[in-house]
Amino acid sequence: MQVLKEMDVVLFRNRVKEFAVRIKMGLVNQTKLITAASELVRNMLMYANGGKVLIEIVTRGRDNGIRLTFRDEGPGIKDINLAMKDGYSTGKSLGLGLPGAKRLVNEFNIQSEPGKGTTVMIIKWANG
Amino acid sequence: MEKIPILKMGPFLLVTIQVDLYDRLALNLESDLVQMVNKTSAKGVLIDISAVNIVDSFMGRIIGNIANMTRIMDAQTVVVGMQPAVAITLVELGLPLNGVRTALNVEKGMALLRTMITSDDEDENTDDDSNIV
Repeated sequence: MQVLKEMDVVLFRNRVKEFAVRIKMGLVNQTKLITAASELVRNMLMYANGGKVLIEIVTRGRDNGIRLTFRDEGPGIKDINLAMKDGYSTGKSLGLGLPGAKRLVNEFNIQSEPGKGTTVMIIKWANG
Repeated sequence: MEKIPILKMGPFLLVTIQVDLYDRLALNLESDLVQMVNKTSAKGVLIDISAVNIVDSFMGRIIGNIANMTRIMDAQTVVVGMQPAVAITLVELGLPLNGVRTALNVEKGMALLRTMITSDDEDENTDDDSNIV
């Protein structure tokens, strides 16, 4: 699904919720996943003028999960370690977005190449 | 453009957020509220977020901003009705909303606002009394 403007965010959050409900994810985990998604999608809008998000249901043994892949073609992140630090921001935010999102999900992977864009992949297990 | 209504109830302003928040809407609420506090000389602001499913770092910051801004303008802000899942998520996210007064529901929030404002009033009343005497 494409996210290009701020109003898409509400729609996107609802889509993620639909998927989470489909795999019977509990309310607390749903809220964590959607909050993490909300942080990441804001980054995409603020720094890269939007991008694409892939929503998938993944399986691991008996557990189901939601995998979200955020892909943008923005300026990329020069120093990922620095970007993952609490309180660091190049914008005027609190700098909680990336590290906070990581704390809320089970798996978190970020790849970025300056000038080419950034890809963030997160997984939240239904019972994780 | 969507707008979150702000109701005036005596010395208080009442805001019930019934829609999904997005950044622009939250920012508008922030400026609308501060202006309403100024216009109505409200002493307290009650924000009901019981229908809000998601509070991320941006919206959390706005809530903190509103509390701080109204405090500077001599009004108290109480946030009520936060869902348990939202509270868990906010703390794990790293945003414990320090400095924001909260209450479990609207009723308790109103009671809290009243006590906060009466204690202010008492100070003023003693001044008034001394003038009369």
